[in-house]
Amino acid sequence: MQNSNLTSWGNYPKLKNKVYKFRDLDSLKNLLASNKIFIAYGNGRSYGDSALNEHIIYTKNWNYFLDFDEVNGILHVQSGVLLSEILDIIVPKGWFLKVTPGTKLITVGGAIASDVHGKNHHIEGCFSESVIEFNLMLPNGEIKNCQKNDELFLATAGGMGLTGIILDAKIALKKINSKNINQTTIKTKNLKETFEAFEKYSEMPYSVAWIDCLAKDKNIGRSLLMVGDFANDGDLNYKSKQKINIPFNLPSFLLNNITVKIFNWLYYHKNYKQIKTQKVEIDSFFYPLDSIDNWNRIYGSNGFTQYQFILPKEKSFSGLSEILEKIAESGKGSFLAVLKLYGKQNNNYLSFPIEGYSLALDFKIEDSLFKLLDDLDKIVVKYGGRIYLTKDSRVKKEFFKKGYPKIYKFKEIRSKNKMNDKFESLQSNRLGI
Amino acid sequence: MNYVLIIGAKSDIAKELARIYAMNNFNLILAGREINSLNDLSQDLKIRYKIDVQLVEFNITDFESHESFFNDLIIKPVGIILSAGFMTDQKVCEIDFDKSLNTINVNYVGAVSILNIFANLFEQNKNGFIIGISSVAGDRGRKANYIYGSAKAGFSAYLSGLRNRLYKSNVHVLTVKPGFVYTKMTEHLNLPEKLTAQPDEIAKDIFHAQQINIDVLYSKWLWKYIMLIIKHIPETIFKKLNI
Ligand SMILES: Cc1cc2nc3c(=O)[nH]c(=O)nc-3n(C[C@H](O)[C@H](O)[C@H](O)COP(=O)(O)OP(=O)(O)OC[C@H]3O[C@@H](n4cnc5c(N)ncnc54)[C@H](O)[C@@H]3O)c2cc1C
Ligand SMILES: NC(=O)c1ccc[n+]([C@@H]2O[C@H](COP(=O)([O-])OP(=O)(O)OC[C@H]3O[C@@H](n4cnc5c(N)ncnc54)[C@H](OP(=O)(O)O)[C@@H]3O)[C@@H](O)[C@H]2O)c1
Repeated sequence: MQNSNLTSWGNYPKLKNKVYKFRDLDSLKNLLASNKIFIAYGNGRSYGDSALNEHIIYTKNWNYFLDFDEVNGILHVQSGVLLSEILDIIVPKGWFLKVTPGTKLITVGGAIASDVHGKNHHIEGCFSESVIEFNLMLPNGEIKNCQKNDELFLATAGGMGLTGIILDAKIALKKINSKNINQTTIKTKNLKETFEAFEKYSEMPYSVAWIDCLAKDKNIGRSLLMVGDFANDGDLNYKSKQKINIPFNLPSFLLNNITVKIFNWLYYHKNYKQIKTQKVEIDSFFYPLDSIDNWNRIYGSNGFTQYQFILPKEKSFSGLSEILEKIAESGKGSFLAVLKLYGKQNNNYLSFPIEGYSLALDFKIEDSLFKLLDDLDKIVVKYGGRIYLTKDSRVKKEFFKKGYPKIYKFKEIRSKNKMNDKFESLQSNRLGI
Repeated sequence: MNYVLIIGAKSDIAKELARIYAMNNFNLILAGREINSLNDLSQDLKIRYKIDVQLVEFNITDFESHESFFNDLIIKPVGIILSAGFMTDQKVCEIDFDKSLNTINVNYVGAVSILNIFANLFEQNKNGFIIGISSVAGDRGRKANYIYGSAKAGFSAYLSGLRNRLYKSNVHVLTVKPGFVYTKMTEHLNLPEKLTAQPDEIAKDIFHAQQINIDVLYSKWLWKYIMLIIKHIPETIFKKLNI
């Protein structure tokens, strides 16, 4: 046990906690047998309060590679292994993750618990789609093997650590023949053009747009859409990039409205041409933010949150227009706004993606923020959308529930297996999950 | 490729050392009690770093077995790391001599027994390194921990003599004096966060110190200064303190 004050990536909320590690299954079982209530914590790359509580089970040391079948591309690892560690091993052998989020600094347990997705959701779905099976420790210490379509699989993938401790997982990999990606950047003038571009390039395996959130009127929705696919040049000589460190919390005045505007403007104008193609490496294509260590500190010591929602496709245009207008009006919002078109929804009870458009943007924590986000929630719910739990630290119970109709099934499983007596996060308490 | 032998390989610090040496292309011989429980670690190291790992049963208090343990090693290592250690409640040691004896046997007698053998080999080869994980507790006897502390003091003195003897034979001896470390040994204690290291930080320090031939390493580094002060408190005052 270690006294600590672990926070998540958003540095909000802050709290004191007690951190427990385990080195074998018996010690984990004994831990669970105590009368404390726990939540699993991976690498703390979730933005909100889903991995936070008073008693934390820290999984990052549970990180052995158990097997790597280099011929068939099947990897078996313990849950604390980071995706970055996986890439170091598999890329030189011609394999890649079928699904990866925008950071490689997350654990496999975290990837399953949030059922994360990447730029190829419209093709490969969520992370759980690439998971063949995993083992889960239940509150009573029993270990359950969970396979696709098992009730416990459907609840645990996307279940935000509320069903047990994910111990290890078998993952199917994707064959690649290069560490390089041919990337095309398309500049669009407004939301309509952005949507059309997404549809036009929907055959491309990877796509994501950076959207200028502060653009107003006829410019609303102007974006840089980046699409790409792996090259075929046989170059598998992959080395992780060196990082730049931001060693302390920057004063938050640095991140005022003006810097945000300048950043957005620069980003938008650095590409003069309408369409531009270049060859880039895995790290710069998939993980541009990982190259700056602790970039979350630029938001200062109050922390920040990422607001990410998704709207059903047919309502996305009107919904997004309304929301973008509202954000531009508020003058808040970040240089980091990401828009993406998603494919079909999976069967997991709490996985975030549905078929439609999602927008994610960062906000510095300040008193006046919460009212704005509550207002945005109302619009999201009105258009039949939902909020991404792994990014959230503030949504109200009633808005959350409207977005996730299968929450009742999830809660049923939790109480049936006595999971609600053993696993709770600040988030699950707030949302009554 | 060269092999490094780690004695007491199940220790949390040792596991991190295994990783660092593996990462730097050393093969490993991991020795300890019920060593098969390290199968998963061994598999992990092979997959990650493409090295060879051998698991060998070893009990540091079974002094008689040390000679045959050595003889049975088909490949002899270029370096040995001694990480086995035993610390139990001082109060228990005061009333239970068996516990005191085990403390001395694991931390000191056993260490002497096994390192004597490897010292001779390395001396003969005019090559090799020896890393002994002692403790800051050996720098001065305190009422809270002097059975363990005195065994570590003996071990530190042994290593210092060994370094002196083997200097001319090109054998590097590194004495490691960790302060607090979050491991199995200290799990039940409430340690001060600022003064306590994670096992992987200690391991990094040790690897680095071995690579550049440092003699005595305190880790975290600020323990060097803490112990400097503690060592210099006059005994007349020290005997009255509660530290
Ligand atoms: C720069 C950046 C970019 C990102 N991009 C994306 C993206 O493109 N797509 C996306 O989907 N997400 C994205 N994320 C979010 C991130 O992928 C998820 O929050 C992920 O779950 C973090 O994993 P972690 O290991 O850090 O887990 P933590 O943040 O520590 O925990 C997240 C959740 O997983 C649970 N958990 C962790 N380990 C276990 C375990 N062993 N057993 C049971 N439960 C466990 C926790 O209880 C918690 O509910 C991004 C985050 C950052 C910082
Ligand atoms: N943790 C600290 O704060 C701290 C501070 C200063 C110095 N140290 C020293 O650091 C070293 C490593 O300890 P650690 O902190 O990593 O603790 P640890 O995880 O408890 O490791 C101690 C190891 O010693 C082994 N051991 C005990 N008796 C043995 C025997 N008879 N034969 C073989 N092996 C035996 C144990 O084996 P089993 O697993 O089989 O029990 C265990 O793996 C020790 O020398 C310790 O004294 C630690």
